[in-house]
Amino acid sequence: MTDKPKAAPPAAGGRANTKKELPEHFKAYKHVWVAVEIEHGQVHSVSFELLGEGRKLADKRGVELAAVLTGDDRATLDAAAAQAFEYGADVAYIVCHPTLAHYRNEVATTVMTDLVNTYKPEILLLGATNLGRDLAGSVATTLKTGLTADSTALEIDDDGSLAATRPTFGGSLLCTIFTLNFRPQMATVRPRVMAMPEAEPGRTGRIIEHPLELNEDDIVTKVLKFIADSESDTAQLPYADIVVAGGLGLQSEENFQLVKELAAVIGAEYGGSRPLVQKGWITADRQIGQTGKTIRPKLYIAAGISGAIQHRVGVEGADLVVAINTDPNAPIFEFAHLGIVADAVTLLPALTEAFSKRLRVNRLAG
Amino acid sequence: MHIVVCIKQVPDSAQIRVHPVTNTIMRQGVPTIINPYDLFALEEALRLRDAMGGEVTVLTMGPPTAADSLRKALAFGADRAVLLTDRYFAGSDTLATSYALSMALTKIASEFGKPEIIFTGKQTIDGDTAQVGPGIAKRLDYNQLTYISRIVETDVAKGEITVERRAEGGIQLLKTKMPALITMLEATNEMRRGAIETALKAARAEVVTWNAEAVGIEDLTKCGLRGSPTIVKRVFAPEARSEKAQLVEVDGDAGAKAEALIAEIFGRAPAVEDDMREFAATHH
Ligand SMILES: Cc1cc2nc3c(=O)[nH]c(=O)nc-3n(C[C@H](O)[C@H](O)[C@H](O)COP(=O)(O)OP(=O)(O)OC[C@H]3O[C@@H](n4cnc5c(N)ncnc54)[C@H](O)[C@@H]3O)c2cc1C
Repeated sequence: MTDKPKAAPPAAGGRANTKKELPEHFKAYKHVWVAVEIEHGQVHSVSFELLGEGRKLADKRGVELAAVLTGDDRATLDAAAAQAFEYGADVAYIVCHPTLAHYRNEVATTVMTDLVNTYKPEILLLGATNLGRDLAGSVATTLKTGLTADSTALEIDDDGSLAATRPTFGGSLLCTIFTLNFRPQMATVRPRVMAMPEAEPGRTGRIIEHPLELNEDDIVTKVLKFIADSESDTAQLPYADIVVAGGLGLQSEENFQLVKELAAVIGAEYGGSRPLVQKGWITADRQIGQTGKTIRPKLYIAAGISGAIQHRVGVEGADLVVAINTDPNAPIFEFAHLGIVADAVTLLPALTEAFSKRLRVNRLAG
Repeated sequence: MHIVVCIKQVPDSAQIRVHPVTNTIMRQGVPTIINPYDLFALEEALRLRDAMGGEVTVLTMGPPTAADSLRKALAFGADRAVLLTDRYFAGSDTLATSYALSMALTKIASEFGKPEIIFTGKQTIDGDTAQVGPGIAKRLDYNQLTYISRIVETDVAKGEITVERRAEGGIQLLKTKMPALITMLEATNEMRRGAIETALKAARAEVVTWNAEAVGIEDLTKCGLRGSPTIVKRVFAPEARSEKAQLVEVDGDAGAKAEALIAEIFGRAPAVEDDMREFAATHH
């Protein structure tokens, strides 16, 4: 074994795979798919966001957009398919089976890989939720294809390939990732990264039912119980209209209270940058950014946040970004709409007071 | 019970600074750490071993310097450390990484006993993909348990494990058979301080070091860049918005600044003013 000649290791930045030479058997792969996530009878909004994005990709490629729906209740699946059509799908693949009552990796992977191998999509998009990430990793490994996690932009390149962009480690940089010679090209996208598309009422499509030959006895993993979160335990950051956040510039956990006080007065959710989670000032569900929540509020106020790329990608969908920072050269001023060079520790309480005065006056006047 | 914990040595992102002019990261002198998410996995593995007996092996793939992180894991109390290192692994994406690691895990199984449980962290802080754990599970045909917040019960005699898994909108209580691969959620436990004796032993301990050939990889095209279906074609800085932020400049105290800023906000986003007024009317 030792005397077997070894191939030379690839040069740094080796180009081994950088040329597109799609193997013959992949040429039949067509169409864009979105794995629709259904929880407790409701379609997760990330699936609609993906359908909106998938529609654009399908149009650019001149192919169809399909929604993949799995579950154990046919009425729920039909209702979800009807919604998927209104959000842009041309086709809905439905797999309805008692073993699909709850999400389980094993059976979900079997179903998805079987669908892919049967109907051959060129692109497969999933939400970057716990469910989507759990499933995407298994499916990509089973199919031995490429998967880009947490994409922030999806496009079709000149040669027809999917170009998935995501922030790259550490710096203020983005990278674009391709799966040139394998199919399907897979990507996950976090909730709220893509805009919610307009529904087109009355739009319809074709339903294709796919069978599943499986008995519950064949599945090793059992769901013993599902304990639903109570509404109050979870911060509703992704869907809040107004968000106030703080960063390390606030210097202490006590000062961070100023963010909460302002949020309470203007009816906002509060959040923060990642280091605050590491310091324990806020819980992980309040972290904003690439590895936290993506938000799309009408107003985002960032106090003492420098605006690193991993933070920026989480707030890019905000209509109005207001930055408070002592450093006039802070990167956040590159993408904020409004800014003020000021000490957040004194400005935040002043804002709280001024807002509450205005809102009180208005109330008396109205 | 034999448990393997897969860890990764990563740059300490808390100490990474972005160059103010070139916008690139300044890696020089940035210390490396064990990926923080992996520590929750390691601690959980050590607890299981302490409760049920057995051994914990830590495995990492990386450059020779990744042995530092393995020694740290030994100092926390792991029993054995394996380093998988080879220049052929350079440039691996998640598919190629899970291939190499699964080959090393197969070798670990034959040399030191088949692991009943393989742990990984939820994701790394550098790649952030959360894909390698599922990749390993699929390749080795282990039952996959991701985002686990609690191990409720392990029944070695029956070969069963019951866990709580963080799902969308709630917690799933799952029961499955071992062998299983678990990706542990953050903040589910607290890393112990290693005992002094353990640390001393760790300093002397041998780190088992394997290259591609040692773990039986014959087809090197499955490794590194060539074994990676994904390729990074472009790296670029995000576009600056066409206009920079409009800066609100007012002389005066914080109160005057606050007033000016609010006037600008309401001027640009009248809908937000309506929302706030409605909120104030119903909540004060
Ligand atoms: C893989 C990876 C993923 C990441 N994911 C995320 C993520 O999801 N979300 C996230 O936020 N970060 C994330 N980060 C971290 C990110 O790179 C930055 O390190 C982080 O966002 C910086 O947080 P900050 O702005 O609070 O702190 P700093 O960068 O330290 O900025 C503090 C700012 O406060 C200003 N300041 C100081 N004093 C005052 C004052 N008195 N008043 C007003 N301003 C003041 C300073 O001028 C500075 O601009 C990630 C990093 C990596 C490597």
